[in-house]
Amino acid sequence: MALAFAARGLAKRYGTIEALGGVDLEIREGELVGLLGPNGAGKSTLVKIACGLVRPSSGSAEICGAPAGSRAARASLGYLAELFRFPGWASANEVLQLHQRLAGSEGGAQERAELLELVALTDAGERNVDAMSKGMQQRLGIAQALVGSPRLLLLDEPTSALDPVGRRTVRGLLEELRRRGVSVLLNSHLLSEVELVCDRVVILRRGSVVAAGRPEDLAEPGVIEIETAKGVRRFPGAGREEAPRLVAELVAAGERIYGVRVVTASLEETYIEAIEEAGG
Amino acid sequence: MSAVATIVGYTLRESLRRRVFLVVLILTIAFLSLYALGTRQAFKDVEDFAGGVTAGLDATTLAGATLFGLSMFGTLFLGAVLGIFLTLGVVRGDAERGLLQPLVVRPVGRATFLLSRLLAAGVVCAVYVCLVYTAALLITYWTGGWWPDRVVIPALALAGGVVIVAALSLLGSVFLSATANGIAVFMAFGAGLVAGLLGQIGEALNSHTLERVATVSSWLLPFEALYQDALNAISADSFGLTRVALQLGPFGGAQAGGDLLWPYAFAYLAALVGLALLGFARRDL
Repeated sequence: MALAFAARGLAKRYGTIEALGGVDLEIREGELVGLLGPNGAGKSTLVKIACGLVRPSSGSAEICGAPAGSRAARASLGYLAELFRFPGWASANEVLQLHQRLAGSEGGAQERAELLELVALTDAGERNVDAMSKGMQQRLGIAQALVGSPRLLLLDEPTSALDPVGRRTVRGLLEELRRRGVSVLLNSHLLSEVELVCDRVVILRRGSVVAAGRPEDLAEPGVIEIETAKGVRRFPGAGREEAPRLVAELVAAGERIYGVRVVTASLEETYIEAIEEAGG
Repeated sequence: MSAVATIVGYTLRESLRRRVFLVVLILTIAFLSLYALGTRQAFKDVEDFAGGVTAGLDATTLAGATLFGLSMFGTLFLGAVLGIFLTLGVVRGDAERGLLQPLVVRPVGRATFLLSRLLAAGVVCAVYVCLVYTAALLITYWTGGWWPDRVVIPALALAGGVVIVAALSLLGSVFLSATANGIAVFMAFGAGLVAGLLGQIGEALNSHTLERVATVSSWLLPFEALYQDALNAISADSFGLTRVALQLGPFGGAQAGGDLLWPYAFAYLAALVGLALLGFARRDL
């Protein structure tokens, strides 16, 4: 499958500080990848290099086959910055119209209306940014990133200012984008959110990838607890698929079974473990 | 619509919506009203004591050139303020506020973005300077019947000077925060004007050192040389006692820029823009 994003040996130094230390990362077309890591892990730097906002010290990054930062690469992506602002004097429609013109989109008023509907801002098209709540501005930012139907969407903390309803809207939006075949790199601190929507997760720490894989693969087997007449029996390290066999063995051994509970390690636990293993 | 037109339109709309133009209009009307009042009174006083021409001194020309020189100083100052405020935060200032990043990731190119912002600021400032210059010219003529020896060249020189100040501010915006850049450009602007005044004093006192200081400053900051050239041009044809009296006045000792001034000013502007483009292209945002 074609690659929407490919980073090879991507490194970035700010003076003596190493923000990225040779990251390899690929995002296939239509794939939704979550980028996790503590503050200062290099997540935003990676996203900014992909956008062409920051130049790498070494290594390479490509967007849909074009070098990151090139005009062709920028024409293929949509970007929502972690810290962004739109001019307060402009209305939502004006912001989107400006970005349509800069992106060369010919979607016109119909595209703007669709995007505002997608982020639940249908009635706010003529409202000035100054008069919008932080959450509304965040959703307008997501709509802006979708102008021109980008093939790759780079979202840096898209739900940081959203309430639970807003987060659900964004989750629905990401699922819709997946259906449309748009690739997404989602940089977020919200592990539960990443676990819910992402096909794959990459965990960064101090500029290096310390874990990567599908959320269900990263969430390692935990323990199976079986409640018997003699008390709760625990089988550490056993996965869900082993539960029937364990129950059958206990029944064959004459035990009476009252309940079975499969406890798996959440992505959060895996995340913390990966970060700690890599040096705390 | 092309990317350049889009960004120019965005810049102009921003100034309009933020009421920059309204504030500028009100203050300009106040400035021109004050100028009209002062000019009317000055010409009246000159007429009363000298009767226009006396003992080889053309008092009307002396008053007209001095007053119009003052208006040109005011026009340059107002135009420079406008140019600086339109450009001081274009790169680093807007990047720090998060306004720039969503725009420059679009496939327009950083060079197009920067040139468009300079074009918008330059056109606004140049048009503004020419309009205020023309208004002051007409006020001077209607109140005192005086007309400068050259009309178009001084206007172009003032406009060029303001565009150079705007370009300096744009270059500063690539490397400095908006506040630091504003302070730096205003100080450079002030330094240029002071150097020009030193040159005029040097001319009156026949001090070569002061004249050399002014000349070097004019090459370093050619907006000052353009301003001096404009001042010189408005009374270029005066002679005799009138010329001597003008040279002793605050706006009369200005030096003509010479044939190299305009080519140098264009080259200087191109160098500023080139440095700004280079700095912006290499800047991490």
